[in-house]
Amino acid sequence: MTRWPLGITPHNVTIAAWSLAPVALYFSCVAFYHLKPVWLWTDFLVYVLIASMTAFFVAARRRAHLREPLTRIIQNRTAMVCLVVLAAFTAIGVLDSVHFRQPAAGAAAAGQTDRYAPEVTSVLDALMGPQHMQMETTYSAPLSLVQYEKSTVERADGVHERVFPRLKFAGVGVAAGDAHTRDIVRRVVVGALSGLLATAAVAALFLAWYAYTQASPVRATFRRVLRGEGDVPWRAMWVTLLALCMIVGVVVALADGYHVFGTDKVGKDVLYKSVKSIRTGLIIGTLTTLVMLPFAVLLGILAGYLRGWVDDVIQYVYTTLSSIPGVLLIAASVLMLQTYIHIHPELFPTEAERADLRLLFLCIILGITSWTGLCRLIRGETMKLCEADFLLAARGFGAHPLAIMLRHILPNVMHIVLISVVLDFSGLVLAEAVLSYVGVGVDPSTYSWGNMINAARLEMAREPMVWWPLLSAFVFMFVLVLAANLFADVVRDAFDPRLKRR
Amino acid sequence: MSEIVLSVNELRTWYDSARGPVPVLDGVSFDVQRGETFVLLGESGCGKSMTALSIMRLLPTQFQNNISGSVNFDGIDLLRLPEVAMRRMRGRRIAMIFQEPMTSLNPVLTVGAQIMEVLVQHSSLRGASARAEAVRLLDAAGLPAAQQRLDEYPHQLSGGMKQRVMIAIALAGKPDLLIADEPTTALDVTIQAQVLDLLKSLQKDFGMAMLMITHDLGVVAQMADHVAVMYAGEVVEQAARADFFKSPQHPYSQRLFEALPALGKRGRELSVIPGTVPLLDQAFNGCRFAPRCHRAWEACEQHAPAWVTLPAGRGLRCLLADNTWSAHAPAAPPAPPVVVHDAPTHTSGDADLLVVRELKVHFPILKGLLKRAAGYVYAVDGVSFSIASGKTLALVGESGCGKTTVGKAILQLLSPVQGQVNFAGIALNGLRGESLRKRRREFQIIFQDPFSSMNPRMMVGDIIAEGMRAQGVEKDQQKRGARIDQLLEHVGLRSDAKTRYPHEFSGGQRQRICIARALAVEPKLIVCDEPTSALDVSVQAQILNLLKQLQGQHGLSYLFITHNISVVAYLAHEVAVMYLGRIVEHGPVEQILSAPRHPYTQALLSAVPTLDQDIKRVVLRLDGDPPSPINPPQGCHFHLRCPHVHAPCRERYPDATTFGASTVRCFLYNDAPASA
Repeated sequence: MTRWPLGITPHNVTIAAWSLAPVALYFSCVAFYHLKPVWLWTDFLVYVLIASMTAFFVAARRRAHLREPLTRIIQNRTAMVCLVVLAAFTAIGVLDSVHFRQPAAGAAAAGQTDRYAPEVTSVLDALMGPQHMQMETTYSAPLSLVQYEKSTVERADGVHERVFPRLKFAGVGVAAGDAHTRDIVRRVVVGALSGLLATAAVAALFLAWYAYTQASPVRATFRRVLRGEGDVPWRAMWVTLLALCMIVGVVVALADGYHVFGTDKVGKDVLYKSVKSIRTGLIIGTLTTLVMLPFAVLLGILAGYLRGWVDDVIQYVYTTLSSIPGVLLIAASVLMLQTYIHIHPELFPTEAERADLRLLFLCIILGITSWTGLCRLIRGETMKLCEADFLLAARGFGAHPLAIMLRHILPNVMHIVLISVVLDFSGLVLAEAVLSYVGVGVDPSTYSWGNMINAARLEMAREPMVWWPLLSAFVFMFVLVLAANLFADVVRDAFDPRLKRR
Repeated sequence: MSEIVLSVNELRTWYDSARGPVPVLDGVSFDVQRGETFVLLGESGCGKSMTALSIMRLLPTQFQNNISGSVNFDGIDLLRLPEVAMRRMRGRRIAMIFQEPMTSLNPVLTVGAQIMEVLVQHSSLRGASARAEAVRLLDAAGLPAAQQRLDEYPHQLSGGMKQRVMIAIALAGKPDLLIADEPTTALDVTIQAQVLDLLKSLQKDFGMAMLMITHDLGVVAQMADHVAVMYAGEVVEQAARADFFKSPQHPYSQRLFEALPALGKRGRELSVIPGTVPLLDQAFNGCRFAPRCHRAWEACEQHAPAWVTLPAGRGLRCLLADNTWSAHAPAAPPAPPVVVHDAPTHTSGDADLLVVRELKVHFPILKGLLKRAAGYVYAVDGVSFSIASGKTLALVGESGCGKTTVGKAILQLLSPVQGQVNFAGIALNGLRGESLRKRRREFQIIFQDPFSSMNPRMMVGDIIAEGMRAQGVEKDQQKRGARIDQLLEHVGLRSDAKTRYPHEFSGGQRQRICIARALAVEPKLIVCDEPTSALDVSVQAQILNLLKQLQGQHGLSYLFITHNISVVAYLAHEVAVMYLGRIVEHGPVEQILSAPRHPYTQALLSAVPTLDQDIKRVVLRLDGDPPSPINPPQGCHFHLRCPHVHAPCRERYPDATTFGASTVRCFLYNDAPASA
């Protein structure tokens, strides 16, 4: 075998090239369109999270004790179906985490290159088109052509009349009645077909690659996958992908001409709001864990291994912390932060940056109030491990305490960390909704399901009722949390040593 | 009176795996007669417990509906019985005792409640009469003060007492058949002797049949009327006890006997059965024992031997007994040459490598908010001995006597140590920090449980390298790798083992890895903490041979902590017997084992079941359990159980009396007993 210096094999180079490609694409776009990149704190942390997760899986492939449960997850149908759904959500979240400011209107014409529009846009916004900029006047029902409320319109002959006015950006040029229905049906069919085609294209590419790695003819591979043979449940994943693509296709086709989930009080598209909320939910669910992990793992292991006064101090801290009501702590910190932002407006050039800081702070506060549970678990597990013979053997060799903690304890508590991270995720997504509902959550200008639900309080109370923003937020949140919960169940089973099957 | 109570016929139990059904039991047949004890003997993984669970229909879920054959109990086929009827059968007509008395009792119910639960289920007794019956049963099971015990919880009882409660529960339904699954394996020898005696007398009184499962040939010799030897899910030999012990027929049985360590085998290598019990998830073509058999020839690999019935109720599953094949069998190979271990070649005289003086380990019992010591566990209470280089000192005693604590205290793995530990002239317990860390290279430990003594997240190579890394042995990567290869080969493993994880190895192989790990830093002393008690007899022999061979090559000293007297007899040069934190007798192995002086040593040795059928031995029965080290009795620690107790014993601890090379602490030998 050829020796490669510093482990730089052609394989690694290819991987590096692939991971650098999006970065290169981003910078060329920035240069081409004269964009001003905006680095939000949470964006940065999202990149760190993705990088560390990738590193974890690359490392896990080489370690039997991690590879084995991961293989078990990959072979589980429920887990992989959920993973496809989660991946779709994650893709949207990541696309929504690349931010920039476009050149101000007319700046290019005036030859000014340093004037930018005040609002911060993300790649997702750019992909979704100008739809989110188009505001109706007020509420409109899903797929409706007209407003939900009557307003007084002056007719050409000067007579004032109370009617349901036509929407400005929905069903342009489509007559009410049959033509409206026909247009919707046409869009549904086109959308479903394009979803089907997209899936077929992806499947064909996948099949070519899979047949290549399996070194078997494409037809035989195709038949095997269709029959559901093999270790990985490809068929179930395909079906999920197909359903997902068709739903997305239909929604995209409809969203092109209508407000699929209607509009809210100020005429904003509810579908757009729900999609933008995905990033908020994901960030709360993941970054919070990222914030709390170092506390929980480090303090838990220290307390369990060193015992004595270190243990006493750490126990004292987490017992105190966990006896303060979390909501109280969160409310206090968020209010303090609001005041700070208010006093120092010069630090935050855009509204987005202000809202982002508040989101990050919410993550940190949630993290600080929630590390105690995991810390307690890890402390207990560490104390159990300290009684194990292999730890005694290591001490018998005179190994350094730091080496013992790193080599013997940390790898043996990792499964607890992994399980609790996945289990906590859905709880945190729901916690954000609750906190925003109470009014101490994310910034009111941030799109989030919690804010939508908060607004629904009034919408549900009015007559006639406005139900679609709540339904939309509910559907998105439900799908994400359900997928995460099912996935978490499989992860917990896979890493649970008591369920080890032979 | 040869009425057959239980007749098992072609019993087959399997579970379904991805690669098809995996049989755990493959055609097991035997008969148990009324009033007799039938023993199933075999190593772990042979299907003994599975047989019992199949008869009781208590198998884990993956075996659901995966039983064939027949189990005839008193004319009823248990396998065809509906579950409702089977439930009435269990407990009333067939009762079972499990190995682990600690986990088979419900910790939140009183002893009485658990016995009466069975009584209510299987008899018309209620209330006061049920309570009276429960007391009677506990009395029958030999539990002292049964009336009071009824209202106690399991955690208030010792292991032996719990097993007696289990026996009382089993007797509650007046069963015709008692299945005892390793009933004494978790107990100490003196307690084991009590329980075995009890089972024997109860069997006589109740006239029940007993199906006993064990791996211990000594227990078989003491208890069995009939023996069936199991191997890899099959019965390979069946015989009456006397015949079996006189002339075992199957090569496996023969080898089991030869692998047992004993005093008579000192100085030679134990005969071993190479390899381990095969995994059952493979298709067997020939005899299942063939790969490990010293008599196997080509035919054994291709033809599965059929069951051959021999005269006198014996049976055998071996081609050697089959007339169509035995003619082709090669002559028995000559007995393997007796390898005599040379005396250690480079012992540097009798210099005392390790000298322990008045070692004390008292664990404080912390109570209250401020964690004040409310009392002490006197785990080790003044122990003195020394080990010369190249020699083995065996520390013998029952569980809880503090022998493991002595080992850990010598290695400075415990903190509250008083007294002196001198290693090669240096006081270890005066050392701190870096100087102690450097010294650790010279003394190492091998643990009892080969499963928990290695980090499951590390590869074998890293596990072995750990000590070298910590001690800075062989800093060069390449040299270190070469050294690891060499060590693995030294302990009889292939060098490709280093890139594998511990769970891929069997118990014996893991213990070899642990030995290699200890050897990596070239120690002078190894503390062996029951290194073979978790292993099967055949594997135990391999490890004992290895330890002995290493001692010869490297001049190692061992502190061998064990409760197994036959291992002591085979391996040790000197013996120290511990009771409740103190050494009661200490001397050369021949002297102690042949002429024990201390009453405790005498009782301990007599309690060990022996294979010899001819010697009518007298078991000196010790009553009760060892007292708690939290509150050791006044005077001689042993006086509460001692048959020779007299006045001074209750007042103060006896001084040491010397007899040649051995010392004993007992007033029987004190010339001038206390001035009481």
